[in-house]
Amino acid sequence: MTELENLIAECISASTVQVFSTMLEAQIGPCRVAVETGSPEANDGVVSFIGLAGSWAGAGSLACSPATACRACSQMLMTETTSVNDEVLDAVAELTNMIIGGVKTDLENHLGPLGLSIPTVVYGRNFKTKGAGSTEWVVCSFDWEGEQLVVKVCLAPSEEARFPHHLPGHVALEV
Amino acid sequence: MESDILVVDDSAAIRKILQRVLRQTGMSIGAIHEAGDGVEAVETLKTRKVDLVLTDINMPRSDGLQLLAAIRGSAEWKHIPVVMITTEGGETKVADAVRLGASGYVRKPFTADQIKEKLTGFLEAVLP
Repeated sequence: MTELENLIAECISASTVQVFSTMLEAQIGPCRVAVETGSPEANDGVVSFIGLAGSWAGAGSLACSPATACRACSQMLMTETTSVNDEVLDAVAELTNMIIGGVKTDLENHLGPLGLSIPTVVYGRNFKTKGAGSTEWVVCSFDWEGEQLVVKVCLAPSEEARFPHHLPGHVALEV
Repeated sequence: MESDILVVDDSAAIRKILQRVLRQTGMSIGAIHEAGDGVEAVETLKTRKVDLVLTDINMPRSDGLQLLAAIRGSAEWKHIPVVMITTEGGETKVADAVRLGASGYVRKPFTADQIKEKLTGFLEAVLP
């Protein structure tokens, strides 16, 4: 993994642990880190996406099973939820917003200002997702009470970041 | 005397969490009104007593900065404390909010203690 990929993984891990601790009062275990380069496998469940833009651009994503989405919603809102509904999708979107928002904040110290879009959530079976172009994702897989929750981020320099003089004072990163 | 608060966020989940967290703080809070964006918030301000506005920054249609500008530009509402809620760690939007007259800001994720610490002074100041 490159220096940037390691940094992104650390940011994802720290932000996810903090959001779960603060908003769900839940402990989430250490993550397994991988880099996804090919076409991702088909999904079943809930996937949320949020765009990142600035001198670097890309996206963040959170994916989990319907049962995990319901559990997260129940613990966030302190309600009993057993099936995926608008409230669950809204809670997953907000979780994604806070986790990737935290990653964005940490990465801004190294990459300069980044913007965050409004999240989009998909719920279904046997669907595939793909970013435009050949994108590498830093994938962090967490175990939460026996279920898996996957948070991933892809980032690539946009045109202005290809020229180092546009990033004064920022750490040089291998990409 | 109880304070009435207007919570503005496009996420129903966050509005629900804020309702709970505000009640948990033990502050003397009366009605908690909700709005999904700046446009709905302005409509609520026209018809309800509001002592403090707690608003997200990033929202579709009319965001928190537009709402803040509308409040500070109104003779009727300009005295109302407006506390921004944001996932934006970057200083740009926070600086924009301060320049427009935000009373303070809370960063997501937040705890009940953080909300209480941020709001107590403002609520004490607006109550007789």
